[in-house]
Amino acid sequence: MSESVDTFGRRLHYLNADFGVKSWLLTRDHKRIALLYLISITIFFALGGLMAVGIRLELATPQGDLVQPDTYNRLFTMHGVLMIFFFLIPSIPAVLGNFLIPLMIGAKDLAFPKLNLASWYIYNIAGFFTLWAVAQGGVDTGWTFYTPYSTTYSNSYVIATALGVFISGFSSILTAVNFIVTIHRMRAPGLTWFRLPLFIWAHYATSLVIILGTPVIAVTILMVAAERLLHIGIFDPALGGDPVLFQHLFWFYSHPAVYIMILPSMGVVSELIAAFTRKRIFGYKFIAGASVAIAVLGFLVWGHHMFLSSQSVYAGMVFSVLSMLVAVPSAIKVFNWIATMYKGSVSWDTPMLYAMGFIGLFTIGGLTGVMLATLGIDIHVHDTYFVVAHFHYVMVGGAIMGYLGGLHFWWPKMTGRLYPVFWSKFAAIIIFVGFNLTFFPQFLLGYLGMPRRYHVYPADFQVLNVMSSAGATVLGVGYLIPLVYFVWSMRYGKRADRNPWGAIGLEWNTGSPPPQHNFHEIPTVDWDAYGYLPDTPAGTGESWGIAVPTQRQDRTQDDG
Amino acid sequence: MADTHAPGLQHHFDSYEQQQEASFFGMWVFLATEVLFFGGLFCVYLIYRTANPVAFAAGSRELDILLGGINTAVLIGSSLTMALAVHAAQVGKHKMIAIWMALTGILGGTFLGIKAVEYSHKIHEGHFPGPHFVWHGPEVNVEMFFNIYFMMTGLHALHMIIGMGIMLVLIPLAWKGRFTPDSHNYIEGFGLYWHFVDIVWIFLFPLLYLLGVTSHV
Repeated sequence: MSESVDTFGRRLHYLNADFGVKSWLLTRDHKRIALLYLISITIFFALGGLMAVGIRLELATPQGDLVQPDTYNRLFTMHGVLMIFFFLIPSIPAVLGNFLIPLMIGAKDLAFPKLNLASWYIYNIAGFFTLWAVAQGGVDTGWTFYTPYSTTYSNSYVIATALGVFISGFSSILTAVNFIVTIHRMRAPGLTWFRLPLFIWAHYATSLVIILGTPVIAVTILMVAAERLLHIGIFDPALGGDPVLFQHLFWFYSHPAVYIMILPSMGVVSELIAAFTRKRIFGYKFIAGASVAIAVLGFLVWGHHMFLSSQSVYAGMVFSVLSMLVAVPSAIKVFNWIATMYKGSVSWDTPMLYAMGFIGLFTIGGLTGVMLATLGIDIHVHDTYFVVAHFHYVMVGGAIMGYLGGLHFWWPKMTGRLYPVFWSKFAAIIIFVGFNLTFFPQFLLGYLGMPRRYHVYPADFQVLNVMSSAGATVLGVGYLIPLVYFVWSMRYGKRADRNPWGAIGLEWNTGSPPPQHNFHEIPTVDWDAYGYLPDTPAGTGESWGIAVPTQRQDRTQDDG
Repeated sequence: MADTHAPGLQHHFDSYEQQQEASFFGMWVFLATEVLFFGGLFCVYLIYRTANPVAFAAGSRELDILLGGINTAVLIGSSLTMALAVHAAQVGKHKMIAIWMALTGILGGTFLGIKAVEYSHKIHEGHFPGPHFVWHGPEVNVEMFFNIYFMMTGLHALHMIIGMGIMLVLIPLAWKGRFTPDSHNYIEGFGLYWHFVDIVWIFLFPLLYLLGVTSHV
């Protein structure tokens, strides 16, 4: 295999093949676009986090002494909008998916590189609209924009924010179209569907959800905007409209959107578990099928958000059962991951710590989801902190753990640099502890009856709230540490070799960072994914020099 | 690495077939999102028509079936000319691509012109939704019919306007011979889009215009 070198004899790769602002802003390279997304998404994550700081500070005391009630409404709304539409939904697909899908399937790029770049610009334009709304004073409807409050009564910047969400939908759709076409049409010779890494399956399922769900929220937002602008009554009962219809349309997208957030994370965890137990993943086809099953079932459960919204009791019962069914494919995944670890050769590297965090926290988040799908319990804890804790366990404990685990796993591939071992493990543990301290007390608060979205509460709840606020501080520190050492590592980190973890996968068989067109030679794949054990039916791979790696790079820093 | 690629073939594709398949498949997936986009509105239509059958029939009778019918014919004609443009691309007659697409554009413009006349009549009669909506008949909630009528036909017209904008870019390129039988994905992909927009109208016309004729309530 020939490596391209520059005039100074240095290896050429996608980062140094071209220089200057223009080479980044006009790039069509999926790897550079992934890094652009990484920067944008980190900014929105920080802003969404700042809103959370405001919320937790206010809730440290029972009285409303820090912000006005109206400001508090805007804080939690903007926290939700920024975190969901501008961080969680794009996070893993737009950063890790963008970077890795072509590498994992042996393609030179995504099918539509220009659309890929366009999606980043659209995302930023959408973000600009939303930030403009924040600067004007924000929006106070909750991220759910429930009518008729959002259409008739709210005096905040609903249309600007909704427009931001609407536009960001186009960016998701472009990414998803790109992924689906790339996975169908651009796989390397011999790379059949059941040889694909599970990361690819997860992104395929995610893309299906984006394709089928996002347009529905888009048209719903248009109707809300039309109602607000023209003073018509599509959802206004006074004018013959039905506000519950809005909830149906909204949740038809927004519940599947939860799976847009969690499925890619599950894909990451499958990769991590296989790589750090050095075993072929247990039940490969079941995990792959479970991703698709979650995507399909996800579209049949939206009514569980409306048990108390005048939905008929029979509809409630059907939605309750269907919602519980989602636990089946989710549990299949969790049990298969655990079975993979059984008798595996487990190494506790930083990404594996995040994968373990994911399994524990996602299981709690998922099981409390089954509790909430039960009609009787849901009526008791409806709109309380129990619900808040549940979805934070899934989204923060699940999706963000997977995102950080994936970033730590593929960071050497993306940047060609290693990060400090001690600090990264330290941060992973801090995040785990901080997360639980923040959100576990909220289960108790919710069960005791503390409603969400209020800025004052009875003094009895203060101890648990102070614990939660303290945990949020720890969690915030935990998120800052990786930010610091990732940035530090780009200049000072030890250089990574092409496969620092000794992992299997096409992405590890090209340079770190990869060359501009990913591979010097497109591989022909005649082996199954995760062929870590000698007895797994892996091909010879000789055509391309792939073999089960035994060497792992020493990752301790030696000031080199 | 020397770029040995053929003209019109992007660097990340191995062959024209792969590029073409990817391009069509991408358009089909995009059209799936469009189906869901309009699907949301069709769902709202269904719910409110079921709740207000009398009002919807009354509102429908206000629409001009003749103009709507002419527009249906015009749009089907534009699908024919678009299909002929795609055929011209497949056999490599690049000037004919431009001519057929220009005809498609003219028919699209005719459709929008007739639509504008219809809109102005409705606005004149006070049927544009909002605080100034006027309805003298005994039926209640007729405004909801017009909410949906204007949203559905408005979004459909917006899709046509976007399509005509794309045509303005493609026609000069086609005239200059940019598209070959091997590489004319933009023409075929755009053809799919145009037919889709046409099909949406084929659903809108009976649901909005013919409803009042067939409904006996």
